Formats: sequence, C-alpha cells, structure tokens
Amino acid sequence: MLKYALLRLLGAIPTLLLVIVLAFLMVHAAPGGPFDDERVLSAEIEANIAAAYHLDEPLHRQFYRYFAGLLQGDLGPSYRYRDHTVSELIGTAFPISLKLGTMAMLLAVVFGVAAGSFAALRRNTLPDRSVMAFAMTGISIPVFVIAPVLVLLLAVKLQWLPAGWSGNEGAARFLLPVIALALPQVAYIARLTRASMIDVLASDFVRTARAQGLGTTAIVRYHALKPAMLPVLSYMGPAIAAILTGSVVVEEIFGIPGLGQFFVRAALNRDYTLVLGIVIFYATLVILLNLVVDILYGAIDPRIRQR
Amino acid sequence: MSLLSVAGLTIRYDDAIAVNGLSFAIEKGESVGLVGESGSGKSQTALAILGLLPAQADVSGDIRFEKTALLGASERALDSVRAQRLAIVFQDPAQALNPFVRIGQQLRRILLQHGLAEGAQAQARVIDMLRRVGLSDPERQYRAYPHQLSGGMRQRAMIASALITEPELLIADEPTTALDVTVQAQILELLEDIRKDTALLLITHDLGVVAGHCERMLVLKQGELVEQGATRDVFARPQHEHTARLLAAAPRLDRTDIPTTTTGAELLTIKGASVSYRETGHARLQAVRDVDLTIRAGETVALVGESGSGKSSLARAVLGLVPLQSGRVAFCGTALEGLAQDRATAVRRGMQLVFQDPVGSLNPQMRVANIVAEPLLVHEPDASADTRQQQVIAILEKTGLGEEFLERYPHELSGGEAQRVAIARALILKPKVLVCDEAVAALDGTVREQILALLHEVQIDSGLSIVFITHDLSVVRGISHRVLVMYMGALVELADNNALFEQPRHPYTRALLAAVPVPDPERAGGKATLAGEVPSALAPPSGCTFHPRCPHARDICKTEIPEQRTINSTTVACHRAEEI
Amino acid sequence: MTTLFNIWRRMRENRAVMVSGGILIGIVIVAIVGPLISPHDYLQTNFDNLLQRPGTAGFHLFGTDDLGRDLFVRSMLGVQITIVVAVVASVVSLVIGVMYGAVAGYVGGRVDAIMMRFVDTLYALPFIFFVILLMVAFERNFLLIFVAIGAINWLDMARIVRGQTLSLREREFVDAARLTGVSTAAIIMRHIAPNLLGVVIVYVTLTIPQAILVESFLSFLGLGIQEPQTSLGALVDAGVNQMEGASWMLLIPAGLLATILLCFNFFGDAMRDVFDSRSER
Repeated sequence: MLKYALLRLLGAIPTLLLVIVLAFLMVHAAPGGPFDDERVLSAEIEANIAAAYHLDEPLHRQFYRYFAGLLQGDLGPSYRYRDHTVSELIGTAFPISLKLGTMAMLLAVVFGVAAGSFAALRRNTLPDRSVMAFAMTGISIPVFVIAPVLVLLLAVKLQWLPAGWSGNEGAARFLLPVIALALPQVAYIARLTRASMIDVLASDFVRTARAQGLGTTAIVRYHALKPAMLPVLSYMGPAIAAILTGSVVVEEIFGIPGLGQFFVRAALNRDYTLVLGIVIFYATLVILLNLVVDILYGAIDPRIRQR
Repeated sequence: MSLLSVAGLTIRYDDAIAVNGLSFAIEKGESVGLVGESGSGKSQTALAILGLLPAQADVSGDIRFEKTALLGASERALDSVRAQRLAIVFQDPAQALNPFVRIGQQLRRILLQHGLAEGAQAQARVIDMLRRVGLSDPERQYRAYPHQLSGGMRQRAMIASALITEPELLIADEPTTALDVTVQAQILELLEDIRKDTALLLITHDLGVVAGHCERMLVLKQGELVEQGATRDVFARPQHEHTARLLAAAPRLDRTDIPTTTTGAELLTIKGASVSYRETGHARLQAVRDVDLTIRAGETVALVGESGSGKSSLARAVLGLVPLQSGRVAFCGTALEGLAQDRATAVRRGMQLVFQDPVGSLNPQMRVANIVAEPLLVHEPDASADTRQQQVIAILEKTGLGEEFLERYPHELSGGEAQRVAIARALILKPKVLVCDEAVAALDGTVREQILALLHEVQIDSGLSIVFITHDLSVVRGISHRVLVMYMGALVELADNNALFEQPRHPYTRALLAAVPVPDPERAGGKATLAGEVPSALAPPSGCTFHPRCPHARDICKTEIPEQRTINSTTVACHRAEEI
Repeated sequence: MTTLFNIWRRMRENRAVMVSGGILIGIVIVAIVGPLISPHDYLQTNFDNLLQRPGTAGFHLFGTDDLGRDLFVRSMLGVQITIVVAVVASVVSLVIGVMYGAVAGYVGGRVDAIMMRFVDTLYALPFIFFVILLMVAFERNFLLIFVAIGAINWLDMARIVRGQTLSLREREFVDAARLTGVSTAAIIMRHIAPNLLGVVIVYVTLTIPQAILVESFLSFLGLGIQEPQTSLGALVDAGVNQMEGASWMLLIPAGLLATILLCFNFFGDAMRDVFDSRSER
C-alpha cells in the first residue's frame, strides 16, 4: 500500500514539470509584451523595464531563473500590483477560496451521495424521477447562470439573503456562493451515485447476499456502498477542478476577494506573472488532490492495491 | 410433507414464457437433478424458489417450503428462510462473491445477520467451515479477498457460505460449469461429502453430473417438465423422446463408433513450437513449450487440456495470429514465417479457424451474405458479385442454411445457426486445415451433435484435416483420430484415439479420464483423483510441471524435465511412464 | 451491439430524443430566421429607447439592452455563435480524439501505454486555466476558442474510442478477418469503424453541451467572444450588470442557454439508451 502511494507520488512529478514548462512557454510565446498597451514608452525606459524583469535574457535563462524561484516558493513580482509578489497575493486570497471550495465540496458529496442512493433504491418511482429531473437540470445550468439567478431571486426580489460580500458578516454571506458553487456538483454526483448503485445492486454478488437473507439495509451497508462509491471517488478529481473553475465565476459575481477574482482581474489586465503563478498554483493543487484521490481509490479497491 | 413443493409454477417475461406450469417436490435429505438445455428455465426455477427473480418477471403458481409459502411472501418473510433453511451456490464464484469484502467477513455477516453466532465465536465457526470445505490455511483465507483465490478455491468458499447455516435444502446452479474438469470432480465430491442431511437440488446441463450425484432427476424442455423419476430408471428407460434425445447427444467415453487411424500425407508439421506472452511488468508467461505435432491430410487431431494448458496458443501461433517464440511450422512442405498477414496467399487460404463464441465471431454490423463472402473479396477479387453470391449460397447450403439467411444479421441467429455461418465462412476458401477452437463448447448437447456431424460430413467429402481444440475429453472420443494432451504449455501425451482412452500412459491423462462425468448411473465417473489446481503459469513448478499434483511423483520429477518417449506408438512425457 | 439500420427507428421510439431534438431544431431555426425577418439588427443602438421591457412595442420582443439594442436579435445571434462554436469545437475534439484513440487501441502494446499515459497526464490538469492563459497570451482570438475547447474535450473521446477499439481488436471476427488476409485498412473500415460509430455518436452529442459550457464561460468572463459580436455567455454577463433594473437582460439569455444545454444533455442521455445493447431485448 505504501509502495503504491509512493509510486503514485513519483508519477505526479513529471506531470508537475510539464505543467510548469507548458504554462511558462505559453506566456512567453505571446506576441507583444505586458506593457505594450501603456503609454508609448521611450526605447530606453522599455529596455530598463525589460532588464528589471529579466525580459532581455534568452528564454531558457528566464525559465531557469523562474524555476529556481519557484522551488523556493517565489513566483516573481506581479506586473500590475507592483508592490506585491505573486506569492504574497496568492497567500492573501487563497484562504477565502479554500474555505468556499471546501464547503461546496462537502455539500456536494453529502447531498449528492444521499440523493443518488435514495433514487437508486426507489428506482423508477416518482421520487426517483424527481431527483433525476432535478439533477439533469443541475448539471445543465452553468454556475454563472445559477449564481446571478439565485441572487436575483433570493437577494434582490425576496431579500432573504445578502447579495454581496462586502458589508456583510458571518455565515450568511457564504450561503449563496456555496450553494451556487455546489449545485452542479450535487447534481452530477447524484447521477453518478444512482447509476453506479443501480449497477452494483444488479451485480451477482448482491444477488448472493439477497439469497443469504441479508435484507436491503445490510446489503447496502456491507456489500454495495463501497463498490458504488468508486465512480464517485474517481470523479473527485474532475470535481475539484470544476469547483476551482466555478469559484472564478462565483467570486466575480459575489465580489469575493478570493483567488478566482484575482485570476480574472489578472487575465483581463494581462498581468502575465500573476496569471502564470496562479495557473501553476491551481495546477499543482489539482494534481496533488488527484493524487490523494488515487491513493484513496487504492485503499478501497483491494484489486488495485495488489498491483 | 415434502421439504419443498412447487406447483404450477409459471414465469413470464413480456411475451415469452420461461417456465410453464412446473410442478415437483423435494423430500428431506434427497438429491435431485434438474436438467435441461439453455433456455429450458432451470435457473429461472431456482431464482423463483429463492424469490430472486427480477421485478419484470410475472410469476404465478405455488412454492412451499414445508408449510411456508415462498411465492408472494414479503422480503422479510423470505429473509427468515433464505440462508437459514434454503441456500444456493451460483455458477460463477468470481462474480457471486463480493470482490471488495474479505471472504471471512462475507461468511461472518451471514451468521451475524441471522443471529446464529456472535463475535469471536462467529469467526471461529467461519474458519472451521472454511477448513471443512478443504481450504488449506483457513485462518489466512479468512482474511483473503476473492481475487486472491483460484477458481476452485472460490467455489469452495461459496459452498462454505451456503452450508455454514446448515440449511435443509441446498440449490446448486451449474456449480462447476465455470471450472476445469479435474476441479469439477473435486467440487462435486465435496458437495456430496459435506451436505449430510441437507437436501440437494442440482441444476445442470451435464447428464454425466446428474448420473453421478443425483438420486432423482427432472428433465425440463422449454420451461416444461417432460420427465421425472429415479435417475437409474430415466437413464435406462427414458419415457419422453426429448430425454432420449438428450441421452443420445450426451458424449460418452465408452462409445464404440470411434474413428480409426488414417494414413494421409503429412500436411502440417510443427517442430519445437514455443509461445510466450509479455505480462504486465517484466514477467513473461510461457504459454507453449517445445511442442512437436504432425497433422496428416484428412485426419482429426484433438488438442486437449484444462485452462492455461496452451492448446489455443499453440493453434493461434500455427495460424499466425500470435508470433511463434521459437520452433518451425511447415505447411504442405513450405516453411511458414511471420504472422498471418505476411504469409503467402495459398497458406492463408489453406488454414481456417472456427471460434468458441458463435455470435461473437461474427461482426454484428454485417449481414450473413457479406460475412461469408468476405474471404472471397480478398482471395478472388476479380470474381463478379454474381459468382460470389452463388458460392456463398452453395456453401451455406452445405452447412445446412437456406437462402433466407443471406440477409440476416448475427443477432437474429441462434447459437447453432451462427456457428454454421462461421463454419461456412471458414470453408468458403476450401481450406486444407480447419482449426476448431472450442467450437462446440458454447452449444447445447443436441446442437453440438449436429455441428460435429456437419464437420464429419465435410471431412468425408473434401478430405479436410481438422484440429479440434477442447477441454472436454468426452467430445474427443467420437470424432478424433489422434489426441494431444497438454498441461501447462507442454505435451503430456500424444496417442491414437483408442490407445489414449483404453491405455492412457501419463498420470495426468488418467486423472483427466477419471474426472470426466459419465452419463450412466451404473458406471462410476467424475472421480477426483487429483488434488489442487493448475499452478500459475508465471511461476511454473520445477522439473515436470505436473509433479506437485502427481500421485506417482519421485524426486527426479521435481528437478528434471521429462523427455518424450514413445511406447507402442504413444508419445508420452513422463519419467515413470514405463513403470506405472 | 446495435445495428445501424434500426437506430433511426429506435430514435423515433424514444420520446426524450424526439422532444429534446425537436426543441433544439426549433431554437436553431428561429435563431437563423429570426434576425432575417426582424426590422432590427444587432449593432443598431437607440439611445431614446434604453432598457425597454420585452413586448411588442417597437417590435422588441425581448426588449432592449442598456445601449438600446434589440435583445431578440442579439440573443439569436448569441445562439448562433454559441452553437457554431460548440459544434465546430466538438468536431475538432471528435477528429483528434477518434484518431488518437483508434491508433492507441489498434496498435496496442507499448505505443498504447505511452499514448494513454500522456492522456492521463493531461487529464490531471485543470485545463480551463490553461485556456484562459492562452486567451490572455494570444489576445481573444476567435479561432483559438475552437482549438482550446476542442483540446479539452478530445481527451474523453480518445479514452472511450481507445477502450472500444482495444476490445474490438480482441474480438473473434477481427481474428477471422486477419486470418483470411483482410488488410489492416479494410479491417479498420469494415470491422472496427462501424462498431465504434455508436459510442462516437453518443459521445459527440454529450460533448456539444460541454463545449457550449466552456465557450459561454469564457465569454462570460470577457475572455471569449468580443463586442460587438456576442454569445449567450457574454449576454448573461451583460445581464448580470443590469439585473437589478432590467432582470430580462439576465433571464432571457440565461433561460435560452439553460434550455439549450438541458436539451443537448437530455438528447445525449437518451441517445445512450438508444445505443445501449442491454435495452435491445
């Protein structure tokens, strides 16, 4: 088991390197520099700026410099927020996004698995159909549609909940953003759980368990739940990526000063170093979380662990 | 009062009737065989008794376990009968045991659920049960996951799970169909020994199994009971013509109409053939080791062995579907090089293959006419469509199919029809050698006999040579001139039909013959004379690979690979062939 | 395995396929014909008629936006662009994915292992962020949107096609063809491709809504389709800014987008049933 985990960890390293190289090249292959749209600068000043940011060096030198910094957690200076380094900005903004994302993820797994199992056990009944209709709607409607519509309905029209972030305190301000972020994932996980639970309940070993007189509760608990959770577990990787993506939109809409908002601003402002830094940060996060999921998978499925 | 009584059981699906008005009873402690071909409704009956039929099944009639009505009973009521009084063993233990739960936990759960034992006592009882079904080191198997056990061990664990509650009736639904013949014999003997007062309902397609293990038998045909009675009586004097037909189709080792040796010219020579596959990681799996074989024109040679014996790999390498690791193959005097697609046209025409799964060997998107005509497109590209059509019709007719089949798709064919189409496709190029890889294993007895008769006919007509690959020695007896027995990739014994069956030289051949169930209650068959199962091909035993299971093994067998020797025209690879 | 000739029959028997397919065709027809017969065009501003409510006045069925432009025509333009982008991107992912997956699956062995390891590696990346990076680096290039979205979606397609090809390659009818000497090209054309068609069709119908989602996401953030062109994502973005005063500016494009996505998902889901061999009996 430990060997399995270590192998997985080693396997993640090339992926991380690939991410860094790819992202770095993309930014540096861009036509035009980051300061092109500012006032026309004299050649001298432009050269000074380039020198200050080491833009005058050959690409591999720049990469080497960047990579060396990266290993020490230094992602370089931001082009726009000139008093801050990229690492500082990430350090400030990420905790908020993390809180938001974790809550959304928990919500998604708990409600998704519960709704999906419920539907699977009442297959083809009205409750099942309602849950599935809801889930289909949930996966079809993008976060950036759900979020503003929720705000319009619950905050603007009914005024039950606060709409914005600033000027509000406490848990209430998390409610709408978390719901908006979690809803598509609740829906997806519900569908996944239902499908896989139905598959497992139709398997031969469940038939054996029924023949042994175990009854539905014991069958689900001791035989079906674990295998039925495997597809959900393998969806955790994509789900994490989806929640990160969603957080970009949700933070923008609710005005939450998280990493997603920084990212969008940086993208629109063409703050290359900040965008690059955040992409690398996000990618590393996703790769590491995927790793955790992989290892968990091995812990649940004895057949995988063996290899 | 009977232990189990079934009256007027009828099971319907939409428009199809699976079981129609079935009535029978089982008394305490007796063993009853339920036989029939596929689709006769025997498994449906078992599921109905346990209340496990799918929701869309429309069931009527009456099923009683002593006084308790099972049909229409609530799940809760059924759960109090299931396991405790009525248990089942399913066909494929690889599917029927939960791959995610340790064997011991699966068994312990049954005891806990029914309040039969608790805590350490439950664990002790499970371990004891595992020991009783013949699992060595039961403490370790208690903690094992199903995939860590071999097929036979898993079925033992399955039997343990069924009998741990000491039920009054055990239903065994084709319990040995997924297993090798030597293991089948072990499992059937185990069932016999261990069940004590538990009544047994043994569901099978194999009359040999019924003859050896059941006091009474029931014969089903398309959902209807056509005959029942004491096993001896039914075998001696079948009353219904369907029973008679089944009995006639059951292959027997003691049949007399066996093919005599032929003396055609040498057609295909295989010298020192070896095949290996790369496995995950760096391991190499040695599938075939150093096999010699010559096939003459017009003869049938059977390749016989259990799973993993390398019989299919040998044939596939000769045909050029997998590469030969070493050795030489010559066809009509020319050496064969490379894979099928690199070989000369005449060679490719000369050797054809028929597969096990009749429907799977036909492309589901193509009509029969195009499937059969495809080889012609390659080998006679200049022929007109009309000529091709004529040839297709002619060959289909030869295999017993009319023109109405031309436009059909594979899924519109029965198993037997699909296999005829596959044979037609193979024969349309007029090959000299036809390889049949378990070509009748998936077919019912009566259909199997028809296909075998067809092959025989073709051989008489055209002097075709047939290489017949099978795990089933009893089929071999009636059709092959010579038999090659393989074990773990190597030749064990090569002999004429009569010599092999009358005077087997190798201990493995003898064990195989003893293990074959005989469809005759008066003659004992299906004896388990071998312990254990075939070892993993990734870690073959030293010396003679058979020595760990061999009752005659000596020290030399553990260290030295036996050389082949010839005794009265029989080739055998055994150190002690002369003495035993 | 379903034969192709009875697919259409089974599609017609499937109510979800017919209803969702019908709605989609309806929306596309209105999106094409609507702007042609409307007296307005998508650029024309009218500062005397800002934020008019939906209704028949001035023939502004969906009202006007904060620049007085006709929202009906702009929404229909958005539908057009959204669907064109999604379909083209899906075709891109289809071509890359099928070729990559088929080669990996048919060649097999070490080549397959390396090719799939590469896919697994890419799979672990949060692609959308790379797309945004790309958008930042190369301006908001229209062509790039297709490429970027296609580049995300081909991974799934490659995996599925590879798995299918791998199992088809092992099928006995392929062995039978190899044995008689049918060429590799003919085996792929006659025996592999027709049997892949089912999963590919199902998967493409499920790729389209994903592509729509990515495009509208980018446009919503202002990184996709640029003014004066528009897409449903960009219209939702504009709607969010005006939602307190003019909720229709949010609700109309949001509703259209949701309907289109819902229909595509229903359609793809139902197509899976159509091709599912288990429901054949």
